[in-house]
Amino acid sequence: MTLDLLRFMTAGSVDDGKSTLIGRLLYDSEQVLEDQLAHVAEVSHRRGDAEIDLALLTDGLRAEREQGITIDVAYRYFKTPARRFIIADCPGHQQYTRNMVTGASTADLAVVLLDARKGVLEQSKRHAFISALLRIPHLVVAINKMDLVDYDQERFQEIVEDFAPFVEKLGISDWLNIPISALRGDNVVHGSANMPWYGGPTLLSHLEEVEVAYDHPDNVPARFPVQWVIRVGGSSGEYRGYAGQLASGALHAGEEVVVLPAGHRTRISAIDTYDGGLEEAVAPLSLTLRLEDELDVARGEVICTTAEPPFVARDFEADVCWFVPEPLRAGARYAIKHTTRSATAIVGDLVNRVDVRTLEREPAPARLELNDIGRIALRTSVPLAFDTYARNRRTGSFILIDEATNATVGAGMITAAS
Amino acid sequence: MSSALPATTRLTHLRWLESESVHVLREVVATFERPVLLFSGGKDSIVLLRLAEKAFRPARFPFPLLHIDTGQNFVEAIEFRDRRVAELDERLLVASVQDSIDQGRVVEETGPRASRNRLQTTTLLDAIAEGRFDAAIGGARRDEERSRAKERILSFRDDFGQWDPKSQRPELWNLYNTQIHRGEHARVFPLSNWTELDVWEYIDAEDLEVPTIYFAHTRDVFVRDGMLYAYSEGQQLLPGETVARDTVRYRTVGDMTCTGGVRSTATTVAQIVDEIAATRITERGETRADDRAGEAAMEDRKRAGYF
Repeated sequence: MTLDLLRFMTAGSVDDGKSTLIGRLLYDSEQVLEDQLAHVAEVSHRRGDAEIDLALLTDGLRAEREQGITIDVAYRYFKTPARRFIIADCPGHQQYTRNMVTGASTADLAVVLLDARKGVLEQSKRHAFISALLRIPHLVVAINKMDLVDYDQERFQEIVEDFAPFVEKLGISDWLNIPISALRGDNVVHGSANMPWYGGPTLLSHLEEVEVAYDHPDNVPARFPVQWVIRVGGSSGEYRGYAGQLASGALHAGEEVVVLPAGHRTRISAIDTYDGGLEEAVAPLSLTLRLEDELDVARGEVICTTAEPPFVARDFEADVCWFVPEPLRAGARYAIKHTTRSATAIVGDLVNRVDVRTLEREPAPARLELNDIGRIALRTSVPLAFDTYARNRRTGSFILIDEATNATVGAGMITAAS
Repeated sequence: MSSALPATTRLTHLRWLESESVHVLREVVATFERPVLLFSGGKDSIVLLRLAEKAFRPARFPFPLLHIDTGQNFVEAIEFRDRRVAELDERLLVASVQDSIDQGRVVEETGPRASRNRLQTTTLLDAIAEGRFDAAIGGARRDEERSRAKERILSFRDDFGQWDPKSQRPELWNLYNTQIHRGEHARVFPLSNWTELDVWEYIDAEDLEVPTIYFAHTRDVFVRDGMLYAYSEGQQLLPGETVARDTVRYRTVGDMTCTGGVRSTATTVAQIVDEIAATRITERGETRADDRAGEAAMEDRKRAGYF
């Protein structure tokens, strides 16, 4: 199965030319419309720029345009005859962990930008690390500003070889290095006459052809978190359907399933959609299941195939990214949202903290602070049915919410049941 | 219910978008106490209603519909709105800007450029407070406008109805933080990831009816600021403006006073899809005077609590 839609993220700072790259992608694929271009040209002219600044195409808020910075993740949409694209445009400086983790959570591919003059920076490693941590299946390392190093093949090779051991250590299976100039347009949408030595695809043709995760739903066991129960009374009997979005895998009418955490076994009597019944449903379709036995299944329970069931536990370990200035400490209590289940979680031990400069894990930290990433133990008020994040991005992820302020304070990826 | 879908099918982007939107709608009804869905009779909210059918049938919608009526809407859109609601057998609430004016909540603009567009914000916030709604589901899309590109699917509003783009909740995976305090509310945008073209392709694929003003028709118009406005009885003209017959269609269905038409010959949804796919001007840039009021006009209105 293929999907004609690719969600990808771009990571890098203004200095790396990230906004220019996105502007170039939109402009060269002829997705910038006349009134948008006129607006950008007018702002460029007012600022006294010599050329139209394509970076302005992506800055939305007044403060961003005034200060020349990007504040928040922005989403962009464009299409080519081959595919539709959703870009999560993640700023590199302010709130970098929060923004990158947010953009990465829904991305199937990450574009990490490097400046050819500067080579591999601490920030480049951080971006690749977060891409790997969030299990983005595909990585593109776009080595930008090749025009400023005379399109030099040796410089490109030097950076590639410098970065390779690090990326390999992260366990990213699919990764591609592309030498580009976002400013001049080399290897973004069109190939480059300046770099005849590069034989690989342009960025856009790679984005058009890369295979996305949904291509193989059979490789992952089915998980169906119940979102909402549809009930209709009537003289011909009650309709009771369990509505939700299939988080992974495939389900079939007539198949034996188990409802967790209760553990009841039954069969799927029908897979309903507004457009009619289905024999087979695959992730990520939204659908309504009817079950053979009269079980009182509620929101938050997970319907699974009987083979390869998820963990059902109240204790687990997870890598957590921390988003707020108030630090995370052992013993703290938060609201947790995991699939469609809301519960309370208490923080156990702080196992380690990732040093973003060396990417080494410092054991037993006293706290996790803003933008920190570390492993913690959690205990929840009710059992959760989960997989490790490495196995399943949907059933292995959760958010933590401060019960007083209602702020989303952290994002977690389950590493193991404990 | 119609015939079954093929068992294993190519997952099109429309089905992917539909599934995401249905998931959002179900999350909202499961986690908020009093949601409401904003329905204007425009194309985006027409799609929202179909998605609500996909999310909740065979049951009734677990929320009422709400229209903020400026009193200056296209009659075709109002007529369509009422017919669609009756077909669906759902409940429609109408909050009227005229009532807000009569009650002294807002002061009507005067002169030839008068519009009730801005006044809608007060009527909307009053209707949300009066109905004690804690989640208002709307059809806005991120591709519409610069500041909307930063909008969350589930967007928090404080007790003044204000949007603060600098301190939004991060939105990860498909896990929405739906917790709010009393007096606050959320705006929910299930179509966040849809483009204008997606909306029309979906209308085509689902064979949805839309108000006739979306199709090319002949009407009295006058040109102002390079846009073709519908002329209605009582409209004040500026010096030099004249009324003429022209063949136009509308890309957006807003208030008549701030929504311009485009010259078009498209008379079917398929022709509109072709027209949108080939267009070189954005939907709001071509047709909405309210966004031309300044570089950050939409951002300012959104901060104040606009749709």
